Amino acid sequence: MNLHEYQGKEIFAKYDLPVSKGKVVTSLDEVEQACTDIGGSRWVAKAQVHAGGRGKSGGVALCDTIEEVANFTKKWLGKRLVTYQTDKEGQLVSCILVEECTNIADELYYSAVVDRSSREVAIIASSEGGVNIEKVAKETPEKIASISLNGKDISQGDIEKICSTLKLNDTQSSQMENIIRKTVSMFFECDLSLLEINPLVIKEDGNLHCLDAKINIDSNALFRQKELQEMHDPTQEDPRESEASKYDLSYVSLDGNIGCMVNGAGLAMGTMDTIKFFKGNPANFLDVGGTATQERVAKAFKIILDDPEVKVVLVNIFGGIVRCDLIAEGIVAAIDEVGVEIPVVVRLEGNSAEKGLAILSNSSSKIQSKNSLEDAARTAVELAR
Amino acid sequence: MSILIDKDTRVLVQGFTGSQGTLHSSQSIEYGTNIVGGVTPGKGGTSHLDLPVFNSVNEAVEQVQPNASLIFVPAPFCKGAILEAAEAGIKFIVCITEGVPTLDMLEVKKIVDALGITLIGPNCPGVITPGVGKMGIMPGEIHLPGRVGIISRSGTLTYEAVKQTTDLGLGQSSCVGIGGDPIPGSSFIDILELFEADDQTDAIVMVGEIGGSAEEEAAEFISQNVTKPVVSYIAGQTAPPGKRMGHAGAIISGGKGTAEDKIKKLNESGVVVAKNLLEIGSTIKSLMS
Repeated sequence: MNLHEYQGKEIFAKYDLPVSKGKVVTSLDEVEQACTDIGGSRWVAKAQVHAGGRGKSGGVALCDTIEEVANFTKKWLGKRLVTYQTDKEGQLVSCILVEECTNIADELYYSAVVDRSSREVAIIASSEGGVNIEKVAKETPEKIASISLNGKDISQGDIEKICSTLKLNDTQSSQMENIIRKTVSMFFECDLSLLEINPLVIKEDGNLHCLDAKINIDSNALFRQKELQEMHDPTQEDPRESEASKYDLSYVSLDGNIGCMVNGAGLAMGTMDTIKFFKGNPANFLDVGGTATQERVAKAFKIILDDPEVKVVLVNIFGGIVRCDLIAEGIVAAIDEVGVEIPVVVRLEGNSAEKGLAILSNSSSKIQSKNSLEDAARTAVELAR
Repeated sequence: MSILIDKDTRVLVQGFTGSQGTLHSSQSIEYGTNIVGGVTPGKGGTSHLDLPVFNSVNEAVEQVQPNASLIFVPAPFCKGAILEAAEAGIKFIVCITEGVPTLDMLEVKKIVDALGITLIGPNCPGVITPGVGKMGIMPGEIHLPGRVGIISRSGTLTYEAVKQTTDLGLGQSSCVGIGGDPIPGSSFIDILELFEADDQTDAIVMVGEIGGSAEEEAAEFISQNVTKPVVSYIAGQTAPPGKRMGHAGAIISGGKGTAEDKIKKLNESGVVVAKNLLEIGSTIKSLMS
């Protein structure tokens, strides 16, 4: 689960990390009060979306008057911001973060992430911030320090290595140590999978300051992070994806025209790949899970058919513990219930597959049942042309 | 010898009396697995599926001497369950449960490694040695005793590979689902090592997917240490970057973990990568004849 920058900074503030004084506005009326509360005579207005690249897309503005803040708010609030990280529709701007202006001397990069190779939390810091870190890693790897923790512990030597890569003086190094120790505590206490400060800046007065905050929380740990779970902003997700997640269906929308319903994430990806192999285009990834009940199959059909691009639905079920005859009954009932008008190609394999195929062939004329994935995928691709 | 499960494996089930534990334990028993009892705190002294139930793993170890544990407890309690089995001296643990927090696994992995324990999962279909026994949720009947070792990050995709090798008459020595989480108990490398040393395994199928670098690390290991033919398939060749494809571990992030990179690395290491899902069986067959 992702957080907005302002939410990340609220957590940063709880951990006593240096962040800018700021206010979130969700309507034009709140702008003047927010600017007055923050004080000063210059503000930064930042559109809040779950995507990077906001600055380059006009989603961040330096404002010299309250009127400029108001104009920015009017321009973006409730609109969609498109950046290089979003799709072509962009993300809804549901609020604006107004902050005091920070005078920047230098921009650094800092992040903590679960590193799968070392099976530890890793810290990555770079003297080059505000830019794409992958690019820095490729072109100037000497500007990056990458450290693996030992559980929750970080050695003094590793802290010194980070500070020297960032070319910090003594005062800044002790501020950095504080930032490292507190972000590590936060990482473990809040069950994060990513914490990124890009840029972490050196202000003109020489002090370190967190100018941005990107936080991902491990979705598997939300059961014990109730407070963070409440920060969830469903407007930042594809509506079909969030609807699917309510029913424990895992759905990702894609840009093709063959709707897919598969049990198991790996097989769902394998099915998409097979469609592509036969020169078709999947409209979605959808994993109905191991316990595909009739209700969930029906819901899955509704979500797939909600996409107007879909011309044919391919159902690929490998019945392990799940019996294919029960799935087949579910599919037939779901098609009746939802009123499917387009062809449905079904491949059933495994547990009670033959019984399942018999049920399907005696039902709606909309259904074509196939007993191999190859046949099913080829047929779906042809029907989608 | 096959790997991990043989006729001497005595299985304890943690989360025995729950709905998942009950369903899959009874199917495992039917398959011939030697399940010696189960653990459900508070239900010790009762019996379930005609087997004794204990309050703790320690109690079970004293009374029925299991040497393997199969875990079905809900995700919030998995860390505790795995560590309980580990501390009771069980050296082989399979955790089926999906949704275990990553930082729990980070901690668990360190402890089980230090104790020399083999942990498979979480979020996996489990392990089966066809014709001998199974610890997991896979359908037993699609398997055939044979000579192909199968390792996979995914459940139903493993079944697909199993079915193809069964249909071609090759069969499987053992099949291991290592799971789709960012920090699995065992990696491809751990299992490749076992298959390489196993007399009953002639060739290996490794089913990977996008995300992380486990396949790349496995490729490196194979080029140095594996003499048996290896066929791989990588799922998610058409997955868009930045989107989690169901499994917590299946996500292309920061340009890393793409199918393209994995396939390239595998090819360079002498692994034959099946161009599509449908050709896993025929590819391995061509290497074995």
